[in-house]
Amino acid sequence: MRVLAAMSGGVDSAVAAARAVEEGHDVIGVHLALSRMPGTLRTGSRGCCTIEDSMDAQRAANKLGIPFYVWDFSERFKLDVVDDFVAEYQAGRTPNPCMRCNERIKFAALLERGLSLGFEAICTGHYASIIEDGQGNLELHRSLEMAKDQSYVLGVLNASQLAHSMFPLGATASKDLIRQEAAARGLSVANKPDSYDICFIPEGDTRQWLKEFVPTDSGKIVDGEGNQLGEHDGHVGFTIGQRKGLKIGTPAADGKPRYVLEIRPKTKEIVVGPEEALEISDLVGARYTWCGKAPENPEEAIHCEVQVRAHGDTVSAVAAIVDGHMHVQLNEPLYGVPAGQTAVIYVGTRVLGQMTIDEARSKVSTSA
Amino acid sequence: MSVFLDHASTTSLRSCAKNALSDALDFLGNPSSVHSQGRATRELLEESRDKVAKACGANRSEIIFNSGGTEGNNHAIKGIFWDRVTKDPDCKIIISSRTEHHAVIDPVQWLGENQNAEVVYVEHSLNGMIDLDSLRSLVSKHKQRVALISLMWVNNETGVISDIPAVTEIASEFDIPVHSDAVAAFGHVPIDFRASGLTAMTLSGHKVGAPIGVGALVVARSAKPISLVHGGGQERSLRSGTMNYPLASSFAAAAKEAVTELDHEMARLGALKDQLEAAVMEAVPSAIITAQGANRAAYNAHFVFPGTQSDAMLFLLDQKGVCVSAGSACQAGVLGPSHVLLGMGFSHLEASACVRVTLGKTSTLQDVQQFLTALEQVHPVALQATPA
Repeated sequence: MRVLAAMSGGVDSAVAAARAVEEGHDVIGVHLALSRMPGTLRTGSRGCCTIEDSMDAQRAANKLGIPFYVWDFSERFKLDVVDDFVAEYQAGRTPNPCMRCNERIKFAALLERGLSLGFEAICTGHYASIIEDGQGNLELHRSLEMAKDQSYVLGVLNASQLAHSMFPLGATASKDLIRQEAAARGLSVANKPDSYDICFIPEGDTRQWLKEFVPTDSGKIVDGEGNQLGEHDGHVGFTIGQRKGLKIGTPAADGKPRYVLEIRPKTKEIVVGPEEALEISDLVGARYTWCGKAPENPEEAIHCEVQVRAHGDTVSAVAAIVDGHMHVQLNEPLYGVPAGQTAVIYVGTRVLGQMTIDEARSKVSTSA
Repeated sequence: MSVFLDHASTTSLRSCAKNALSDALDFLGNPSSVHSQGRATRELLEESRDKVAKACGANRSEIIFNSGGTEGNNHAIKGIFWDRVTKDPDCKIIISSRTEHHAVIDPVQWLGENQNAEVVYVEHSLNGMIDLDSLRSLVSKHKQRVALISLMWVNNETGVISDIPAVTEIASEFDIPVHSDAVAAFGHVPIDFRASGLTAMTLSGHKVGAPIGVGALVVARSAKPISLVHGGGQERSLRSGTMNYPLASSFAAAAKEAVTELDHEMARLGALKDQLEAAVMEAVPSAIITAQGANRAAYNAHFVFPGTQSDAMLFLLDQKGVCVSAGSACQAGVLGPSHVLLGMGFSHLEASACVRVTLGKTSTLQDVQQFLTALEQVHPVALQATPA
């Protein structure tokens, strides 16, 4: 099979490409240039598209003896991921840009380009597994190594994308094994630190980064009754459940800390309240997809587990499509779930689908 | 078997250059030393200077050996600008072009952003020729306030040859120094520094069959661009540092041979290029020969293939074993739209759809045929490829 290996310059994608080569595929490495103004060197654990990363990817490809190219997706990345990220925060939501990147860049723009150039699959270093259900349908499952499992960020893949994807690391028991394998293969990235956080925010400070794009626009910090407790210099960048950086002088009556419960872009208000008010019982979203084969009766209750963060815990829930919206009723509460985040629905280890959360409903009053 | 048709990026090492390097590496001695062995390596260096001077029509004292084109361009542009602005703070305008190599554009812009220079650009016709009337009007507008004109001799992407003597004549009315990046010209078109009227001219070794890492800035005896590198005062005090006689020797051998063969190679490669262009137009009638009608270097064929993207074309051709290029890739390896084509007035889409085929000493008709076979196979695929 002609395989396009997306190589970020990290150890996972390098080993994934190596395994694809070893399986006998005709592999070509491609590094996605996503930043308009790439930094020269990688700093700490952040970022994944510096020139140094591109060179690391090329070194790995050379070691594997496969051709290597850099494709410039920076324009699409800016439009589809960065601009979306800013717009979501402006609207008072908390976006997941990695999800958007998988949805619109890696498994869309890159895949389309690969297919148009004669490739049959994209190979990445994600920790997840694609399993055939015995009836010809492909399913996405969690990786064997739960601590590294990345099936959450792949929840946006549909059946056709799954059919053209390869995740050779899914069945590996631990990241340490990947590093050992990289070292044994002589890959220079064997001990390269993992990347975390958002690749286009190299300093890691989202609020500070957003200030460059969104004009400072001060507003009130209020409690559930509308009493002003403080001021902020712009609602953009606050996230539901945030406790730090509120700078509210007056303590709550009960002396307990207060958390961001709601962001109101129209009135520029940040509503804060007690931790209990972060308790969420229901999630609703209009933007949902099925990962692989869709359920036969999505309007009927689906007993499932739901995960709302890349490395968050799952809780059991019941999902159903009601009037074109996915409704997820949680059997046990989650705390501080911002709109804009993705809820991924699992049945066992299988990813069934996902939705972007429009509304996270609480049974607890904001002024409780 | 891969075919190399990217000789403008770098070209095959000439045997004479390899031998000269190898012979020089057997010597031991710093050319600045006063003992016999120092004198011996000094002699190698000075013989090299003679050869390079002769090859480009300069006086031997005008050859300043350095590491290559980027250094030469930086030195000429910054050095002349600093020299001029020190003498007259009002003399801070730089006239250049948007179609220059980045080794000119970037130092010019750096001076604009950091050193108070005012940068103005000449216009071009759509075939890439400098609009001399626009240069004339810029010069008569700014007069003595112009610190420097920097315009390349041959464009590295399109192969368009500029009329450098005409440029220096326009500049001479106000005694404006003119620098020319002759990296893509030297060894490929006739160059005569003395007759050109230039103040400074950049040469690079690896474009004429010497190793990468050596070149020269030709600096008129009357000029003294401020040095970028201070130290032991070597190379007329313009470029300090222990003189690299082995590479200078190799460069000189390559330069001498390239210029000796120039007439013959221009005719041979020119004929090959004409065949190539005719065959490309037959295979892909929608293709555009980029600088058609302009005076162009014989070794350079440059095309726009409408509806394709350069990176897809290069990828597909590489898969067929054909090494060509499309303007310059950035440090990260990303191919952007060609700034040269944009500067000439092509659209963003057209500037992102170009392919440069450049011939060299080792190029044969068989190479050209191999390219054409590959092109016929990949062009329809490239038309279908979705953009990045």
